[in-house]
Amino acid sequence: MRLRTYSIALSILAALVLQIVPMPANFDLYRPDWVMLILSYWVLALPNRVNVGVAFIVGLMLDILLGTTLGVHSFAMCLCIYVLAANYQRLRNYSVWQQSVIIGVLNALYNLVVFWLQHLITDILFLFTYLWPVASAVVMWPWLFWLLRKIRRQLRLN
Amino acid sequence: MNLMFSRGPSLQSRLALGLVLSAALMLFDHKFDGFGSTRVYLNSLVSPIQYLANLPGEMLSASASRIVSHEKLFDENAKLTHEALLMREQLQKLEFLQQENTRLRSLLNAPVNNHTERLVAELMAVDNNPYSHQIIINKGAIHGVFEGQAVLDDQGIVGQIMQVSSTNSRVLLIADVTHAIPVRVARNNVRLVAAGSGNFDELYIPHIAHSTDLQEGDLLLSSGLGNVFPEGYPVAKIHSIVRDESQPFAQVYAQPIAKLDRLKYLLLLWSNQEPSQAISLKQGTK
Repeated sequence: MRLRTYSIALSILAALVLQIVPMPANFDLYRPDWVMLILSYWVLALPNRVNVGVAFIVGLMLDILLGTTLGVHSFAMCLCIYVLAANYQRLRNYSVWQQSVIIGVLNALYNLVVFWLQHLITDILFLFTYLWPVASAVVMWPWLFWLLRKIRRQLRLN
Repeated sequence: MNLMFSRGPSLQSRLALGLVLSAALMLFDHKFDGFGSTRVYLNSLVSPIQYLANLPGEMLSASASRIVSHEKLFDENAKLTHEALLMREQLQKLEFLQQENTRLRSLLNAPVNNHTERLVAELMAVDNNPYSHQIIINKGAIHGVFEGQAVLDDQGIVGQIMQVSSTNSRVLLIADVTHAIPVRVARNNVRLVAAGSGNFDELYIPHIAHSTDLQEGDLLLSSGLGNVFPEGYPVAKIHSIVRDESQPFAQVYAQPIAKLDRLKYLLLLWSNQEPSQAISLKQGTK
């Protein structure tokens, strides 16, 4: 079936679209890092298919889409996805709530790494509002986990 | 099929490869600016995603414009006709002034400013990257857009083109922290540089001596120095000056004239400003 072979790529594409879709400025602050969340799910579920390599490529696409210096997002994405891929067996056994806390911590790391790299390149100041996506990632994770697991089981991806 | 042992390089070596590649890309992109022409292809490659992301907003505004009431359209039409009449009257005067200006400049042997070409572009998306202020417009390399081109709206200067892809391009706004624009004060021609502060409604003017003749409310026009922005377009208005003698410089802040968070239609300018020699040569051949 066609859908089966492309479903992971399609979900990542959807995440990229969600990442850049225009939103009102009030909600924009709380936009979760969709790409990172969806990649995290696939790494935990199918670490043999989605891995650091995919994270690198998707991070690069994010760099081009967001207009940052090439390599900033791919660096942070590789780092976070590596942590998940190295510990996927342990993380799978955690409850969804524990997972979402861990995803939140990793998301904070991701945001901070992106900030630090950008800080090295240009002179930007840190505002705590930059960390709002972490909170929304923690809130979003259980729902996203449930949705993607449903999709994975329906399509019998492995 | 779930393999117990993954094939290919180990996770650690993949990570190392990814990080080293990213670092190399960053170095290459930032320090050596190495992706001049490749960036066009890269941007064109991802522009379908941008169009896809823009679709919901586009559909919403299309349906909103379809259900505007008749009355409102009539009102708007009347208002626009009125405005056009006033504008045309000003245009008549402008043409006369322009002719006079050209004549006077040619008497003084000063270079004559050629007229510029323009193109209207529409805002496609605002970047949600919180660390920089960029927007995407719907005109690209196939329309002749080039890197470093000045972008204006109906009020004043908005920014400059930062990256071009084939059908859209990325604009760096004047309020971005990495951006600075040469300006002069309309009142007394003092030359300044207005740097972005990272806020949409503020520009910072560094290195101003306490004795510089500046006042709150002074209009800053682009000075045309640096050959990026055309001369004489409004950029910002000074809104606060702090002359604290314990500081080495006065702290001057200005507010951009263009509403940078409320952009919709933008103007792209092609100035045929070349060094004065080239212009006089061109006039000679005419």
